[in-house]
Amino acid sequence: MQDPATSLGEIELVVFCSGGQSFSLDIRYVREIRGQSAITQLPHAPEEVLGVMNLRGAVIPVFDLSSCFGLGPTAADPRNVIMIAMNGARMIGLLVQAVSEIVSIQHSSIQDAPAMLGGPAQSHISGLIPLADGMSRVIDLPALIQRRLPVPA
Amino acid sequence: MAGQDSFRNLFFEEAEDLLGTLADDIARLKSGERDEEIVHSIFRAVHSIKGSAGAFALKHLVSFAHRFETVLDAVRSDRLALTPDLLRIVERSVDHLSVLTEAARNDRGTDQSTSDAALAVLDACLEGGVDVGSGSTLPMAERVLVFSFAPLALDFDDGEAKPSAQAFTIRFRPHPALYDNGHEPALLIANLAELGSIETDLDLSTLPDWSSPDIIEPAFSWVIRIETSAGLPAVQEVFEFVEGLCELSISEEHAPDALPAPFDTFADAVSADVPFSPVPDPAAARIATMKLTESPPVAPPSPAVAASAPASDGTAPQPTLRVDLDRIERLFNAVGELIINQSMIAQRVDDLQIQFDTDMTAHVESYRLLARDIQEAVMAIRAQPVKPLFQRMSRIVREAAEGTGKQAQIIMLGEATEIDKTVVERLADPLTHMVRNSVDHGLESPEDRRIAGKDPAGTIWLSAAHRSGSVVITIRDDGAGLNREKVLKVAVSKGLVPEGADLSEAEIDNLIFLPGFSTASATSLLSGRGVGLDVVRTAVQALGGRVGITSRPGKGTEFTICLPLTLAVLDGMLISVGGTSMIVPISAVLETIRPLPGDVQQIGPDERLLSIRGRYVPIIDLAEALGFPPAETDDPAMLLLLVETEARGTCALLVNRVHDQRQVVIKGLEGNYGQVAGVSAATVLGDGQIALILDPDGIVAPSYLGKSLAGAQRVAALT
Repeated sequence: MQDPATSLGEIELVVFCSGGQSFSLDIRYVREIRGQSAITQLPHAPEEVLGVMNLRGAVIPVFDLSSCFGLGPTAADPRNVIMIAMNGARMIGLLVQAVSEIVSIQHSSIQDAPAMLGGPAQSHISGLIPLADGMSRVIDLPALIQRRLPVPA
Repeated sequence: MAGQDSFRNLFFEEAEDLLGTLADDIARLKSGERDEEIVHSIFRAVHSIKGSAGAFALKHLVSFAHRFETVLDAVRSDRLALTPDLLRIVERSVDHLSVLTEAARNDRGTDQSTSDAALAVLDACLEGGVDVGSGSTLPMAERVLVFSFAPLALDFDDGEAKPSAQAFTIRFRPHPALYDNGHEPALLIANLAELGSIETDLDLSTLPDWSSPDIIEPAFSWVIRIETSAGLPAVQEVFEFVEGLCELSISEEHAPDALPAPFDTFADAVSADVPFSPVPDPAAARIATMKLTESPPVAPPSPAVAASAPASDGTAPQPTLRVDLDRIERLFNAVGELIINQSMIAQRVDDLQIQFDTDMTAHVESYRLLARDIQEAVMAIRAQPVKPLFQRMSRIVREAAEGTGKQAQIIMLGEATEIDKTVVERLADPLTHMVRNSVDHGLESPEDRRIAGKDPAGTIWLSAAHRSGSVVITIRDDGAGLNREKVLKVAVSKGLVPEGADLSEAEIDNLIFLPGFSTASATSLLSGRGVGLDVVRTAVQALGGRVGITSRPGKGTEFTICLPLTLAVLDGMLISVGGTSMIVPISAVLETIRPLPGDVQQIGPDERLLSIRGRYVPIIDLAEALGFPPAETDDPAMLLLLVETEARGTCALLVNRVHDQRQVVIKGLEGNYGQVAGVSAATVLGDGQIALILDPDGIVAPSYLGKSLAGAQRVAALT
């Protein structure tokens, strides 16, 4: 399979809201979207790691996307959803506020993120797409996951 | 690509089987069997390897196998006599074939000089040996030997009938250290029972007062009367490895006295708990005088003995099916789900509190039993005999002996014992290391052995046996034993123990497992590779096992590895910590206590000690250690789990609640996330929620205490 991020032509993106900002993710990473599930806290995990959840017998980590971007923890809300994403053999959950739409755009219309971005935004965002009601940030999922995994002792 | 790869894997799997057959055949030849069929079988196996290797262009393997095959062909057609020397060459050639196969599998090169040497040896056989033995070297008469050992066992049948039988009275009282080292009186007695007919009396006179039992001090002792023709040394040998760990007296009786000892008054209360009651008749269980008078072939044999019986000899091989491991893995996961689902349904039905609906209850119960049956059956698929692993060890012994100029033979017992495939695979490295270690450090040089009055060739015993839900693997040598003085000196010089420390013999023996300890004063080619026995211990612990050592000066050293049967399930204790459910492995838990207020002492601002049976152990607040908020509890009494850890010895973990004990399916965290300090894995509870499985060793480690700080720093570094 080709790496979703590098393929050209038309791509579909899932657009959702987290920490009050609009983000989007290549739909080929997304496996399913679930309502709030029981999450088990991990000891001494960083703030953005909410814990682990049970997805049909698999133990998968759940990250708070808002915290990952330094936007503070997502407030508890029954409308929050967990997006299950697959990167290679690794499955993870991302806690986000409501998913809004799925857009289909030309790969070429994704603009590079300007170099002025710093901090986590710089390393986790692969580009920007213009939407009718503003702009959405395209998440670089492999980079995002890689930075969140525990450092081997 | 994928097709080619899978064919290639298939070849290596087959080659492994064939190498196993080769090892078996050679063992038969070495034991004195002479059958043309064995030579044919060896030839065929080598030929098959050569043929398949050719298909994958494994040049070295093919050229060596070809030369080897030529020699075997000469033997087969009686042009070459199968002398002990030639047999040794054949054995070494099979070893070399394994080396080459392994190298090809891992795409590694091999040492050309060893290959050349091996080829040269084979060539020498062909040149020098063609004119030897024109007549048949395989006399037909010797074939009779093949099935000759079945009647042998019957000779033991009636010990009393033998004129040479002697009677011994053995008084045996185990010390706590005996149990600590993983010995089991029942097995010792079972071993005795193999020597002859025995009668065992359980001495209950030292049984403590039931109201305040001190569970640390073993209360049982035994008086065993044995009639055997094996002689005193054989009886002593049974107790060889527990000497110093028990009170033992062995005296010879002159007038045989067959009367059973008088009944004991405690009989009824205790006999049910006697751990070794293989009593065939339930009525007999009420008698305290345990009469273990079964003749050896009838007596329940110790697993090692049962398994060592050559099961393959004389019986046709069972048909087998090669299945991709992935498929079994999938089945295994599905069964794990089934078990979870079953317990969820059982819980729901329980919650409904249906009364008198016997149908429903019966269905739920039979569902539970079915689910367990399926689970066991699936686990049996993954179980593999340790035989291939052991066979590899015999090669290691030969290599190690050659490398150190020692003479060594290996005796394997219980090769048919089955363990989970993953355990077998992950055991290979630690076992290799230990076997090498036994030859390198355990056995003395032939000269030293001769001076000590021993056979110049040392012996390594490698045995595997099932013992109540776990597998016990022992590696024993008949070498010089540990030089405790030297061990202690090295440990002191490396700062591992303070000078002048007063250590027991067992404690000194265990020092060799410490990181940074290496006994060999001159680094040898074999064992001194910068890795010590601490690596072995870590590897065994990673498998959820323990490793122990017993040593007797001048007699040898015994390493014991105790492993769980499977890595897939674990017996755990469900606890609550700060409102979160967690699992603690039962194997780590010594006991649970509610201490009296006076038993807990404050030390410094925030450390507490628990006083238990005259010892002080540190109390660790689990919620605090894990960084969880403390739970509001209306129960002011403390609840402590006493756990045994490597890092800090016995520790008491403060928990909020202990729910129950259960078997849980282990789910790794590594696949989707990574390793989490203090947590070994996770499991799914009946309500679908995930519970973490704690690693007590990780939590009590001093480095874990500063974890909160480190975690905070890492978050800072990320942003």
